[in-house]
Amino acid sequence: MNGAGSPPILALSSVCVSFDGLAVLDELDFSMERGELRFLIGPNGAGKTTMLDVITGRTRPASGSVIYQGVVDVVHKQEHELARLGIARKFQTPAVFGSLTIYENLEVALGFKQTLPRFFRPLSPTERERVDAVLETIALIDRRNDRAALLSHGELQWLEIGMLIVQDPKLLLLDEPVAGMTRPERDKTGFILKAIAGSHSILVVEHDMAFVREFASTVSVMHLGKILSHGSMEQVQSDPRVVEVYLGHRHNEKDGHAHR
Amino acid sequence: MEAIRARCAAHQGFVTKRLGSSWLRARWSTAATIAGLILLAVVPWFLSDFQLSLLSKFLVFAIVAISIDLIWGYAGILSIGHGVFFGLGAYAFGMYLKLEAAGSRLPDFMAWSGLTELPWFWRPMADPPVALLMVFIAPMAVGALLGLLAFRSGIHGVYFAIVTQALALILGILLVGQQPYTGGTNGLTNFSTVFGLPIIHPDVQLGLYYAALVCLTGAFALCLVLTRSRFGLLLVALRDDPRRVRALGYDPVAINVLVFTISAGLAGLAGALFAPIVGIVAPTMVGVVPSIEMVIWVAVGGRATLVGPVIGAIVVNWAKSGLSERFPDFWLYFLGALFIGSVLLFPNGIAGFVRSAVSRSIRFSPRAPRAKEAPESVVPVPVEAQPEATGGRG
Repeated sequence: MNGAGSPPILALSSVCVSFDGLAVLDELDFSMERGELRFLIGPNGAGKTTMLDVITGRTRPASGSVIYQGVVDVVHKQEHELARLGIARKFQTPAVFGSLTIYENLEVALGFKQTLPRFFRPLSPTERERVDAVLETIALIDRRNDRAALLSHGELQWLEIGMLIVQDPKLLLLDEPVAGMTRPERDKTGFILKAIAGSHSILVVEHDMAFVREFASTVSVMHLGKILSHGSMEQVQSDPRVVEVYLGHRHNEKDGHAHR
Repeated sequence: MEAIRARCAAHQGFVTKRLGSSWLRARWSTAATIAGLILLAVVPWFLSDFQLSLLSKFLVFAIVAISIDLIWGYAGILSIGHGVFFGLGAYAFGMYLKLEAAGSRLPDFMAWSGLTELPWFWRPMADPPVALLMVFIAPMAVGALLGLLAFRSGIHGVYFAIVTQALALILGILLVGQQPYTGGTNGLTNFSTVFGLPIIHPDVQLGLYYAALVCLTGAFALCLVLTRSRFGLLLVALRDDPRRVRALGYDPVAINVLVFTISAGLAGLAGALFAPIVGIVAPTMVGVVPSIEMVIWVAVGGRATLVGPVIGAIVVNWAKSGLSERFPDFWLYFLGALFIGSVLLFPNGIAGFVRSAVSRSIRFSPRAPRAKEAPESVVPVPVEAQPEATGGRG
């Protein structure tokens, strides 16, 4: 299945999505290599979250194709089938199971490929080790028996990232992982990302430019449903089109708001 | 540094205490459950025949309450039409009892309605194994079909509850309207024997009581396995956030349909026990109002506790049999007040109230709680957030 060359982990071509006549994704082309850590930035309404919705099967595009690992046609798969194939997503607003403990949240995430009878036996020792390793990575090991509802915003985000990595996905999609975080929390998230990059292909949607500058190698800029620019942070920042629609807009944020 | 170490020590102490109290509480609730079972096993010797048949009926209702707790308390699926599944089980077994009572003749109500021969769907029900099978198959098939249709098209929460309520209404109308086939408003009655034994004989009634107790214990054990395993975690996850469960790679439709079907089967079993114990199966016991009452038993007893609904079913029905005899017009107001009161004052029901009272007393008990394991690695980061966790549930 793999072997032959190395097809991109993800390739979108001419994807169109529109809501009520408004084109949210407009002939979008995008592709990512295996093992890449890619950042996706763009002003509000650029279509970033919609793009993730398309990749995870939550939104069906009107036209265009989305190919995962060179063979899987994402458009014709259901959301849970795609998750089983290794596409995992962290949502913009943290979504964990508040009534369960941190450990139980990871247990639920871990079992996603198991058969029904397996659910009536506890985790195997190797599985428990895996959960512990993830707890270590997200630095929540001493809170394992606390209910997830008691976690702070930052900890919720880490738990959710942990729920993804315990599934050992091939492609991780993170929607604004550092939104609303304090600076130390943000840095910790950056280190978690670095720790899991390389062994996974990761696509991060982010608004926090300081965070992107610090941790990004390759950046794609999205605007009005299209990829506007692509390259290293320096290249992207010096692209006049990007400066105009996004970074420039940021510098004159007050003006920008006044015009709306 | 010293301060951090002190805080870590305090934190460890907190963890040990928490583990200790949950361990004690687990022991306590197991002991209470076993004590309750023993009590139910010996209590027939102290009851009159009438009281025994009442208690049998309550145990049957407790099975229904457990079946609702499984889907409502754990998986978050509210059904206000469980009378349908209860009724399907009751009518399936009632048909068998009716045919046994009629012998070789046509059941009385069919003759009155002008039927000359037994309808095709009645014929196989004379066979006890077939009837017993239908007790499960009929409700489970309807449950699976309803679940499949509703959950597949994304009907959840209140909307699903309304669908189940509509189904209860439909079944009620169907049963009343199709008098030649169902006995109409009167339902099925005048049973004489069950598996060849005279139904009204005290020994048979005692046997039926123990049958109900065994079935209740079995249903309880089944639901305990379902909810205490990792499958139970999945059900709670589904209640908290079904979309997240799907995003993790599970098919929520399949899990929902499975658990709803199991619940329907348990309700059907309860119905089958109800028929010989009460001696009549009528539309008033399977329609809209009883379906809502069933939900109230669970709410009063305490959702997601399994023990609570059993207590709720017994307590509410005991109050009902006492009050509705003396004040027949007053009972429904009382039931409504009980529901509102339990939701407002004791949102976790009787079981939740007892549980929090017990864990409060354990927390203040002088006996040192037993520590299971103290965590080795202590990362000092989240210690600040800990103390809030001590209050409330735990």
